[in-house]
Amino acid sequence: MNIIVCLKQVPDTETQIKVASDSKSIVTDDVKWVMNPYDEFGVEEALRLKEKFGGEVTVVGLGPKRVTESIRTALAMGADKGILISDDALEGSDSLAVAKALAAAIKELEYDLIFTGQRGVDDDLGIVGAACAELLGIPQMSIIVKVEVAEDGKTVKVTRPVEGENLVIESSLPALITTQKGLNEPRYASLPGIMKAKKKPLEEKTLSDLGLDAAGFGEGGRKMKIVELTPPPARAAGKIVEGETPQEKAAELAKLLHDEAKVI
Amino acid sequence: MADKKIFAGGEFLITDVAPDDVFTPEDFTDEHKMIYETGSDFVEKEIAPVIDKLEEKDPDLVLELLGKAGELGLLGTDIQEENGGLGLDKVSTTIVAEVMGPAGSFSVVYSAHTGIGTLPIVYFGNEEQKAKYLPKLASGEWCGAYCLTESGSGSDALNARTKAVLSEDGKYYILNGEKMFITNAGWASSFIVYAKVDGEDFTGFIVEKDFPGVSTGKEETKMGVHGSSTRPVVLEDAKIPVENVLFEIGKGHKIAFNILNIGRWKLGASCVGGCKGCVAEAVKYANGRTQFKVPISSFGMIKTKLTDMAVRTYMSESMMYRLAGMFDDKLALLDAEAKKSGAENAKAIEEYAAECSISKVYGSETLDFCVDEYVQILGGYGFCAEYPAERYYRDSRINRIWEGTNEINRMLVPGTMMKRAMQGRLNLLQAAQAVAGDLMTYSPLSVELPDTPLALQEHIIKMSKKLALMVAGVTAQKFGANLAREQEVLAKIADIVIEIFAMESGLLRTLKIISKDGEEKAKYQIAAVKVYVDEMIPRIESWAKQIVSYVEEGDMLRTQLAGVKKLARYQPIDAVTLKREIADRIIDLESYPF
Repeated sequence: MNIIVCLKQVPDTETQIKVASDSKSIVTDDVKWVMNPYDEFGVEEALRLKEKFGGEVTVVGLGPKRVTESIRTALAMGADKGILISDDALEGSDSLAVAKALAAAIKELEYDLIFTGQRGVDDDLGIVGAACAELLGIPQMSIIVKVEVAEDGKTVKVTRPVEGENLVIESSLPALITTQKGLNEPRYASLPGIMKAKKKPLEEKTLSDLGLDAAGFGEGGRKMKIVELTPPPARAAGKIVEGETPQEKAAELAKLLHDEAKVI
Repeated sequence: MADKKIFAGGEFLITDVAPDDVFTPEDFTDEHKMIYETGSDFVEKEIAPVIDKLEEKDPDLVLELLGKAGELGLLGTDIQEENGGLGLDKVSTTIVAEVMGPAGSFSVVYSAHTGIGTLPIVYFGNEEQKAKYLPKLASGEWCGAYCLTESGSGSDALNARTKAVLSEDGKYYILNGEKMFITNAGWASSFIVYAKVDGEDFTGFIVEKDFPGVSTGKEETKMGVHGSSTRPVVLEDAKIPVENVLFEIGKGHKIAFNILNIGRWKLGASCVGGCKGCVAEAVKYANGRTQFKVPISSFGMIKTKLTDMAVRTYMSESMMYRLAGMFDDKLALLDAEAKKSGAENAKAIEEYAAECSISKVYGSETLDFCVDEYVQILGGYGFCAEYPAERYYRDSRINRIWEGTNEINRMLVPGTMMKRAMQGRLNLLQAAQAVAGDLMTYSPLSVELPDTPLALQEHIIKMSKKLALMVAGVTAQKFGANLAREQEVLAKIADIVIEIFAMESGLLRTLKIISKDGEEKAKYQIAAVKVYVDEMIPRIESWAKQIVSYVEEGDMLRTQLAGVKKLARYQPIDAVTLKREIADRIIDLESYPF
């Protein structure tokens, strides 16, 4: 079973994000870049399926050279090879353009399943998985917490939580699955894995290598424009309800909820 | 990289070192970075959640965690591949030691296991011993321990009373004696034990816990590292098969001293990890704690504390990786045959024995400084066990005691260097004579510094080296063969040398960053070097004055004091403003800023 994992590099969730002076991007100087945590679930699931069915796991990333670090991490976890789509013309591309480039790279590969995170933790759009599946003409199942591939390797049954219930979907392969927290507990890149990853193939491709015209990418090719980025408003200070007895405190609380918060 | 200069041990004191000659954390390869991530992730996800539970000394939990670390390869960086390890470079080993630093008592379990518990077999075991024991130690299936100290022999380690006698059938050595303060004793499966064969020849043995006559005594009640096990190991007619003699009969001291060299530098690296933890925890608290309606991190004195912690940590970190790089450069010179020989490897590491002692002292005292300020920043909460600061404070203290007390290591810094000079391995005496000559013509007022960042610091560190050579020279001349008795003076010489190595490590690292990424990107590192040098030069001058005041008198003393003054001439900078800038950066990032 050959599996592809699409990987995005995002700022570490513990990094303090600051909006840049253009109000449309973030300051990247002090950002620590990591593999999108949702994509890690994809890498882990792919590796588990490989352990069961055999085959190869290929990681496809897109972005500047630093993205190789995240691809290497996936290789150290156990993936077999990596592809980095890197091209100056990609700078500023929107989700649709990213999906186009990924689909073009994936088209050249043999695959039964594609995993990608249900969204990137940076812009939280969740478009790439669906767009990629559409461009490849294969089924897509999003926000999945359980994946069961049939013994014959021809179909897959997945679980998606919906409003406290579970929706179970079955699909033929090849298909694309976007992964959600709860799917698995991603493994660490072990030290032996890290040393092995050094020797694994990592190919770099430009847009022209993929037969794509640079004109449709980058800032100029955007269908969706970022108008403004603003940090979330600062949280107002909390209030401690005063009172001698629980009764008094409850009365005070009720009064505040009614008069100030106006929720009751 | 190919032209990297290989330095003799202690040579940094008599020669100029170029930024390209040192390894720095900025030189990490992708693999190094990933090892750092894996190690940090392991500590964050596996250790941090159980850090309080670990304090209860539960052997099952400890061994489970050790097994997990083994699975990830964290126990095998120094073990050869054919014996279940990874055989990685010393930078990788330093990284793992560092990231384990904030792991509380587990870091003690880890250090004792991978260091003194495992390395004697790695470096001095024969092929059968390596094949038998190392895979189990690499996987964490077995925990290792090391038994050198006895009730009557601590710093005086070779004066052991434990005795080994060959059995009548020649198959066993019968060991009798009691070892003290044995880390991991409560859950170790193998012990490296030193005993004197026939009461004479100091020898190492590999002892399994299930060998007849081997037992452990009562747990010690300790000030800190409560989650580690510390017990006596009792040998009562213990039967140790002759094939378990480690290395050669009568050569135990070789094992002991070489292993201590490695242990000292790794302890330094581990302390760096602890320091970074202190900075991060302290600044988070200081940003969140409000007094007089503002976060306490906005107060100048708190800022100074945060900066001093981070700046010293920067020097310590720069030192540990510089030393790791020196080991790797030196080990790379060994031919294929020698690379396989553990004893040859240990010999290459021994070259830097003085630097290992420096790392041990500087690393442990930097951590002690950081934990103290960490507690102080937290005020009353720092004193309460509810916050981790209290545990950090207690846990840190042992580092100045074990792996050779800081007093022993201070003696070893000038001691080792002077011994090398006698052996003709280090041109210390010529260098000291040259300084005496230079002093006649040198005029600090006519020095013209280039207009480059840190030119002043570069210059004054160079002068400090001359100063160190000058005071070491007059001391050696005065006391000659009786020098070892002059502990007070030797300790001050050691302090000067240690601070020179620290300042220079930070300086060279920063110059390397500047040449790679430009001055702007190195802004805070430049500030760190400036404020640290500014603080140390007056101290070095004062130590030097104290030394010559003891050694010389009358006209000679006046001449020497004038020499000290000349070499240490330095105009202080505005360190307050620079420290505020560094502090603001720490406060903004809420972590170690370099």
